[in-house]
Amino acid sequence: MAGSAKSGNVIAKYLPIYFVLLGIAGLEVFLAYRDFSIRSLLAILLGLAVCGGVLAVMYFMHLAQERRSLFLTLIPALIFVLVMLNMIWTDSFRLLHLRPFAH
Amino acid sequence: MAVAAFYYRYEAVNGKQGGNTVSESDMAVHGHGAALMEASPFAIPSRKLTMWLFIISDAVTFGALLFGYGYLRTASPDWPTPFKFNPSILNVMIMTFVLITSSLTILGAVDSAKAGDKAKASRFLWSTILLGVIFAGLHIREWFGLIDGGVRLFQNPWGSPLFGATFFSITGLHLLHVIGGVVAIAVVARKFARGSLTASHVETTGLYWHFVDLVWMFVVPLVYLLNLSR
Repeated sequence: MAGSAKSGNVIAKYLPIYFVLLGIAGLEVFLAYRDFSIRSLLAILLGLAVCGGVLAVMYFMHLAQERRSLFLTLIPALIFVLVMLNMIWTDSFRLLHLRPFAH
Repeated sequence: MAVAAFYYRYEAVNGKQGGNTVSESDMAVHGHGAALMEASPFAIPSRKLTMWLFIISDAVTFGALLFGYGYLRTASPDWPTPFKFNPSILNVMIMTFVLITSSLTILGAVDSAKAGDKAKASRFLWSTILLGVIFAGLHIREWFGLIDGGVRLFQNPWGSPLFGATFFSITGLHLLHVIGGVVAIAVVARKFARGSLTASHVETTGLYWHFVDLVWMFVVPLVYLLNLSR
């Protein structure tokens, strides 16, 4: 962005990212109607969403153009917290399969 | 102590001694302090860093909500799958298209603002606002469709009542972000056109808008596409 000589070039510059994001959204809908197990579908859709998210953060939000120190300050901490939130799943499965009234 | 040191340095730089030459408010008004301040460690304005920190904390909020949704969905044997292709998924596809397009228009606004083209920046900003309003309208239409089908915050006719709670919480919080973003962009657009805000403010608001777009990329697969009616 800093190198923008004149206004208007940025749309053309980011058009490929825009189309990739639209493509990812379309692919997600297409795959959602295929015969995958719920776990496979969850993994595929989350993987695609993460790809779209990375593109948006790095290019639309220009994190790729900022200093690496900003990236290293923000993103690893966010990923750490989100990964730590995964500790709930065992309890979730316990509720479904091990409760006395489960069928 | 820091203010005293700053004041001492200010006097030293300006060659003033004797203690009654300048007040702290003078320093703020005349802005000489900027040259003495330590450079930003990330080489970005403080408002942009603040927005990044807000985005990270908000990402954790949405992350917690989506994990909570996943927990309840996994633990509920009678989770409903109410979303048919028409109207729900079709509606969501249009909403996604609108929101991603609005990210592109806000990029144009930031670029135009940085280039000093106020008229073009305003056009892009108001286009973004229009797309945001369209998104919110489609979102509310989707809500009314489900409410007409009997879904409420704590009940739904197809199974676990937690579906309504999680669906309306997650999409409601996102909708609140969209509406807040539209209002913020409208304020920034007006003030930027008048000259009371700078391109940096437009950029910071744009950062927030991209985040709203980013969250939607995760809401769609987790909340809608995993609950398709086949």
